[in-house]
Amino acid sequence: MAAQGSGGAGGREVVAGLLSRLGLYLFVVVVSAYFALPMLWLLLTPFSTRPSLAATLPGVTLDNFRGVFENPYVLTSLRNSLLLALYTMALVVASATLAAYALSRVRLPGRDLLLYVLLLFSSVVSGTAAMVPLFLLMFQLDLVNTYLGVTLALTGGLLPAAIFILKDFMDGTPASYEESARVFGASPLQVLRDVVAPLVRPGLAVIAVWTLVNVWGNFLMPFILLRDPDVAPASVVMFSFYTEGGQANLRLLAAFSLLYSVPVVLLYVFVNRRYGFRFYGGIKR
Amino acid sequence: MAEVEVSSLTKEFPGGARALDGLDLRTADGEFFALLGPSGCGKTTLLRTIAGLEAPTAGKVTIGGRDVTRLPPGDRDVAMVFQDYALYPHMTVTDNVAYPLKIKKVAKEARRGTAAEVASDLQLDTLLERRPGQLSGGQQQRVALARAIAVRPKVFLFDEPLSNLDARLRLEARTFLKRLQRELGVTTVYVTHDQSEALALADRMAVMEAGRIRQLGTPSEVFNRPANLFVAGFIGSTPMNLLPARVENGALRVAGGLLPLPAAAAGRVADGEEATLGARPEYVALGPPEDADGLSGTVALLENLGTGFLVSVECDGATVQAVVPEGGEPGVGDRVAVRVDRDRALVYRAGDGELVAAAPRAG
Repeated sequence: MAAQGSGGAGGREVVAGLLSRLGLYLFVVVVSAYFALPMLWLLLTPFSTRPSLAATLPGVTLDNFRGVFENPYVLTSLRNSLLLALYTMALVVASATLAAYALSRVRLPGRDLLLYVLLLFSSVVSGTAAMVPLFLLMFQLDLVNTYLGVTLALTGGLLPAAIFILKDFMDGTPASYEESARVFGASPLQVLRDVVAPLVRPGLAVIAVWTLVNVWGNFLMPFILLRDPDVAPASVVMFSFYTEGGQANLRLLAAFSLLYSVPVVLLYVFVNRRYGFRFYGGIKR
Repeated sequence: MAEVEVSSLTKEFPGGARALDGLDLRTADGEFFALLGPSGCGKTTLLRTIAGLEAPTAGKVTIGGRDVTRLPPGDRDVAMVFQDYALYPHMTVTDNVAYPLKIKKVAKEARRGTAAEVASDLQLDTLLERRPGQLSGGQQQRVALARAIAVRPKVFLFDEPLSNLDARLRLEARTFLKRLQRELGVTTVYVTHDQSEALALADRMAVMEAGRIRQLGTPSEVFNRPANLFVAGFIGSTPMNLLPARVENGALRVAGGLLPLPAAAAGRVADGEEATLGARPEYVALGPPEDADGLSGTVALLENLGTGFLVSVECDGATVQAVVPEGGEPGVGDRVAVRVDRDRALVYRAGDGELVAAAPRAG
């Protein structure tokens, strides 16, 4: 009796185990599908003869891309996006390097608090809540419709997190490296350029790519600060792809979305190959 | 050419820790000077203050007669070798060695030439294009030396440059370093916590404790006549026997035995005075037990030193150690008489722990 009873309990355990495993797989499939479907749509629809909101491929064509390139704003907008991203990247990397180095080396009372407060408010600077004051500020400074205005606003939003990431990398470089350079007579800027910056190159790569991707995908800031369609970046131009009937032009939208995503994916692959993404410092000797 | 002098140098860190306490020191030109002491004694702080990496709270630093106390490190004409070598991992050996010259705005060809020349003097010719990560510890150490030599400084500052090497390599590097310093004739201040390193390398040395110099002198002065109990306990690869003693009728009552008063202390201690007898194990001999004059005890332990044995003898509650040559060692449990070399033994006062000697020797 006892043996039979324990055998029955074992059988029930096996069934329960199978069921829970089945449930887990089902859950994973549903969640994956939820995230994979838009990807699938993005991959299929640009080549579809009849683009719709469903991820289907009734027939293959490249006509959608012809439509995209016939649109006068498409190529300019991609170029504008690139320029905006590069300007902001240059400004963020340069400022974050100097700021992170100073914050990493100078013992300032309340230094960590300062960083955390900056980090906290950075989301406010480029966030929706600050849009009206930001627009007014840029208007007063005569920076509306200029790349400088957008670049400055975006930099303000991205800089604290960039400093935060980079400071950690700089904290990881041994003090003796800099001290030896100082004994040889190097100035702080020389130390930064010759010794520290090369050592934190993975960190610089991370914030550079992160800035590029952020600016490339940012919609709100250029939408509000750039009033002229000739200077609008891709994210904003995409917003204007409607048919004459006021419907979203899926043909154009799908093909353009794919073009718009490819550079980011390529960039990610390149940087990951070259440096590997790391968000912490430290030197491998 | 370039002697280093510090006067009344005091360094207090924020929080009140006093690393240097009114320190005075003067090295001769071309001298190999060692700063020796346990960790936390202030020797590295002193070196960093000479380099200009730390600003003193009070006092003056002079290099070659020039007051450099307020000058930045780069204007002091010194080169420093760090404990971790501080080689730049992203530069080749050539670039590492040439980097100080780049800072001094030497043209690229000239500095690469100098780097190659210095590197070849240090047998680094075949490694010029390698990165520090591809070098062994000993090679890295020589690259760090080459980098310091390439600037032709007035003073070398070494911060425990051998401590990251394994024991055998450390001895080779030590010999190499001493020869190199002799050839270059550059004043060298060398920080170490290893007393054998200081004894082997230095022309003169300072033994430091708690931000002060406890003794200044040549290695043989410091080894043979430690000025106080601290130095006596710190110097020597086998620790000196320090035994509580009392003066009785011109002799010393030590560990149940009576020993003749050491020569240096004769006539300088009063009857009944408490003192400490200091005798290096190398200057303690063991004899047959019937020798009634001296101390006697039982052999408790033998430690093989290779060329001899370190023998621990229990004498009436105290442990006396002696080094005996190979072949002459007693067996554990044997009764032996302990004889202390009267000319080599030292007496320290019980009160302040200072050496009882003819005249205090100024360094």
